[in-house]
Amino acid sequence: MTPRLNQRQRALALLIGAAILLMLIAIAGLCLNQAALITDFSRKNLPPSLEMPFGTDWMGRDMLARTLTGLSLSIRIGLLTAGISAVVATILGGAAAMDRRLDAALSWCIDLVMGIPHILLVILISIACGRGAAGVTAGVALSHWTSLARLIRGEILQLRQAPYILAAQKLGISKARIIQVHMLSHLLPQLLTGLVLLFPHAILHEASVTFLGFGLSPEQPAIGVILSESMRYLTTGKWWLALFPGGALVAVVALFAQMGQYLRALLDPASVHG
Amino acid sequence: MSLEARQVSFSYRRGKPILQTINLTLEAGEWVGLAAPSGRGKTTLCRLLAGYERPTGGEILLDGRPLPDRGVCPVQMIWQHPETALDPRLRLRDTMRETGVEDRLLHALNIEPAWLDRYPLELSGGELQRFCIARALHPQTRFLLCDEITAMLDLITQAQIWRFLQEEAGRRGLGLLVASHNGALLERLCTRIVPL
Repeated sequence: MTPRLNQRQRALALLIGAAILLMLIAIAGLCLNQAALITDFSRKNLPPSLEMPFGTDWMGRDMLARTLTGLSLSIRIGLLTAGISAVVATILGGAAAMDRRLDAALSWCIDLVMGIPHILLVILISIACGRGAAGVTAGVALSHWTSLARLIRGEILQLRQAPYILAAQKLGISKARIIQVHMLSHLLPQLLTGLVLLFPHAILHEASVTFLGFGLSPEQPAIGVILSESMRYLTTGKWWLALFPGGALVAVVALFAQMGQYLRALLDPASVHG
Repeated sequence: MSLEARQVSFSYRRGKPILQTINLTLEAGEWVGLAAPSGRGKTTLCRLLAGYERPTGGEILLDGRPLPDRGVCPVQMIWQHPETALDPRLRLRDTMRETGVEDRLLHALNIEPAWLDRYPLELSGGELQRFCIARALHPQTRFLLCDEITAMLDLITQAQIWRFLQEEAGRRGLGLLVASHNGALLERLCTRIVPL
């Protein structure tokens, strides 16, 4: 008889599995960087086969290698975006919660940034930063911190008035310990879950900006570039050029979203003994 | 020792006072009942006396001096809703250890050792309230403000808890302010009753 896993253990196993899978994709993409650029006109426009599972395009490039390289790039941009957003959101959210006047100013900034359509902001920043890989990375990374900052600010404001924090202060527990034990333990899960759920946004925005032609340069194997190129060949029946890369992108995004859900379930105290 | 509210007024919003020029003195070893219907400011007065809020007028004095800002406050309040007064992310053992609650108190309040390994979410209101009471009975506590602390308990548990508090307060000479709208309970417990 095999031991049955409880919900927590299963969530943890799936979380680790998803993380490993994403890491493998990122690493595989890095290794296939050169293979993705090889053109071979003797094998152009091949439909999917056992040898070439994703087929080849009009220049005879291996679509599997190109897709993996593109996904790897997306994941890395997502990682950077999430990291930058987390730092900016924590600093600004924390600062806003500490001072009332600063709060008004920062809240106004957050409203302003959130008020501009996201894709427009990404395009503007990416053009201002000189397009290309650097531009699109900056554009995506600098436009996603707002929702997280607002979340952190709200949490801290709420925590500061929470009876258990007030009671702890009156019982003589030091400020450092209150922040470290009572506040951070509450904020960290929120931040972590918010962070993981930022990934899909960042990846999709990177792909769509590239698709629209404002992002990475056309020779780079990015998902957005692959998809926009495939548009021209879709009408001639080359369905595999769009289906597999598009499907892979959706799968990666869904994987990140699932990871966020598992993480949330794991960090929720209500499920600790579940 | 005495805890005094002198000419205390308080309003959450300007122009809408909850409490107006309240005078109340609580001596060590005394049980004062605070009787009033809902919404009259019982909880607010407790919060003011424990130093959670500053009065908009008048002052709160402990032996003629304002309440200390730091360290363990000699005036401790037990909240009406224990589930909000304990950190939901800490096991109760850690919360109790944080302020060094004596095992003797846990024992006297009929707290089962197994509860210590649980999170607040996994215990009932009555069970949590015992932890809150144990925590509020810090060695440096001189006055205890009880804001409807047994409203959610069955009668037998209520009786147990109040008997324990009577014993403990009697031994240590604590002054208690008991806010409740259960008149019979106040009659039974308190040396005098103050309407609000």
